[in-house]
Amino acid sequence: MATATGIHHRSYRSELALRQTKAERLRLALVVLGALAMPFVVNVYWLSIVNTILIAVVGAVGLNILVGYTGQISIGTGGFLAVGAFTSAIVYERAQLPAVVAIAAAVLLTAAIGAFFGLPALRLAGFYLAIATLAAQVIIVFVARRWDWLTGGTGFIDVRAFELFGWEVGAGLFEVEWYAVLLVVAGLAVFAARNLFRTDLGRSFMAVRDQDVAAAAMGVNVTRTKVMAFAVSSGFIGLAGALTAHYTQTVSWERFTLDVSILYLAMIIVGGLGTIAGSVYGAAFMSLLPPVLTAASNAVQGSVPTLAEQLPALQVTVFGLVIVLFLIFEPRGLNHIWQRVKDYGRTWPFRT
Amino acid sequence: MNVETLTTLTVYGLADGAVLALAALGFVLIYKATQVINFAQGEFLLIGGYTFYAAFVLFGLPTTVAVLFGVVVAVALGVVVERFVLRPLVGESAISVIMVTVGLAAVLRGVMQLIFGVQARQMPAVLPAGTVEVLGARLPLNRLLVLVVAAVVLIAFALFFRRSRHGVAMRAVADDQQAALTMGISARRVFAMSWALAAVSALVAGVLLADITAVTPDLVSFGLLVFPVVILGGLDSVAGTIVGGIIIGLSEQFVSGFYDPGFAQIVPFILLVVILMVRPYGLFGQVRIERV
Repeated sequence: MATATGIHHRSYRSELALRQTKAERLRLALVVLGALAMPFVVNVYWLSIVNTILIAVVGAVGLNILVGYTGQISIGTGGFLAVGAFTSAIVYERAQLPAVVAIAAAVLLTAAIGAFFGLPALRLAGFYLAIATLAAQVIIVFVARRWDWLTGGTGFIDVRAFELFGWEVGAGLFEVEWYAVLLVVAGLAVFAARNLFRTDLGRSFMAVRDQDVAAAAMGVNVTRTKVMAFAVSSGFIGLAGALTAHYTQTVSWERFTLDVSILYLAMIIVGGLGTIAGSVYGAAFMSLLPPVLTAASNAVQGSVPTLAEQLPALQVTVFGLVIVLFLIFEPRGLNHIWQRVKDYGRTWPFRT
Repeated sequence: MNVETLTTLTVYGLADGAVLALAALGFVLIYKATQVINFAQGEFLLIGGYTFYAAFVLFGLPTTVAVLFGVVVAVALGVVVERFVLRPLVGESAISVIMVTVGLAAVLRGVMQLIFGVQARQMPAVLPAGTVEVLGARLPLNRLLVLVVAAVVLIAFALFFRRSRHGVAMRAVADDQQAALTMGISARRVFAMSWALAAVSALVAGVLLADITAVTPDLVSFGLLVFPVVILGGLDSVAGTIVGGIIIGLSEQFVSGFYDPGFAQIVPFILLVVILMVRPYGLFGQVRIERV
């Protein structure tokens, strides 16, 4: 029960609820309404961007589980996305198995490979771990490019249209149908991650992040926790990779370079480390940045003619600036800004 | 396999290794003094190459003046970066500090692209281009000179750390910041100085690399190889960067020459994984690995 002095639980059920106040439930309803209205409001181009955001949400949530909640640094996201994408494409395309099986295989295999590359985390911390995952990134992408059996040595695989329980997704209105699928998957991923941190496994992730010795003293198996964190996080990332493969109907190693790993890290930094909502905000923000810049540059093209050819360079610069400025001025990200806005509204007209 | 190819590959590998050692030296300087992992080291190389190109070709300055201009720009860049990007993050978590240098790298790369575009620029050779014959192999003179220049610069740095007041102050701060502060050493000045020196060593590396290849945005990709070098040599060891640089340079050239050029690109990273498993503090690093 929410009062002016805070939230006071009077029953076990109310304590279990994810949304506790009327305002929270109202906002959730608004978000759901907005999500349902989305395909009717935006055009196909922007809907395709929304779809890439939904895929990025899944990956960013996964990365935040590892980096934000468990405190392990990983610059290998691109490589793990590649594992998911190639696995799902190969199982679906060559073995002709149903899409659900392909995606499940992708999730499991990426989780296993993630856990394997997470093994150095048992001995290494901070920078050393970052470099170990950097090596994972470089090696995985190399294997994807050059392994004959996997991709014929070209690093490309075409994927046939996505069929879900007999429904060929995207046969009609491509973006709208995919929007429906991705919205459900992203929603489930966010819901699962949110609940993960109400279980003992999720709590042990945070305990290891805050103080691993203290966590061990409380009976948390640090070894198991770290490997599990890598596995769970990579599972989400593998799912994002598999979705990319089926949505774009082609898998190419160029989509999984180091830049992608950095992009995903930027998402969770801008959104807010160690928050699920932050992963969503960050994924949306960083995915919207390039198209918004492009649109802005098109709008002012008349007055600044050289802008179009300088756009790629400008994109890179703005991308870097966003990371640097957020880290200096708002290290807790968009989620914290939103938190402050809510606090301001709650106590208005008094200052917090 | 004959002696000729072997000698050629060795010289190429040593030249690559020397440039890598210079780039890694800057990285190690920053890490030792400030405990910051600089992911923008490759971009420092890029900026070094482009400033020299601008001074030498676009402004038409003589070589020595162009080098001095490059040094001034590098020092200014190092000091500005330290003051306005890294200092606000003192005491933040490792991931924040790493990511701020990643962001910085993107900004620097983007700005360079805004100014100079993506086309490779040809620069008139600074080092003489002829060949010399050693052991029956015709060796490009400029690669040998790269080795000499890199060796001179590395020795100059070593002397600076041994003999000069500032060099000793930097080593003191790297050794024990608290103790150095009580002896009246300004840690802030040392931080600024290590960033400036790192930028200068990257400038030399960038100019040498641009001279034996071309001035292109690809100079950045060389920066990624700094990580295998420093892990191999030990994060906090200046001598280690030289050995690490040479090992990485040679192994890349040998694998490329005798086996497969594509595979050669990931050899440094395979070496890196192996060394992380066996000796995470590197060949020469202090055995003071972080508690995990």
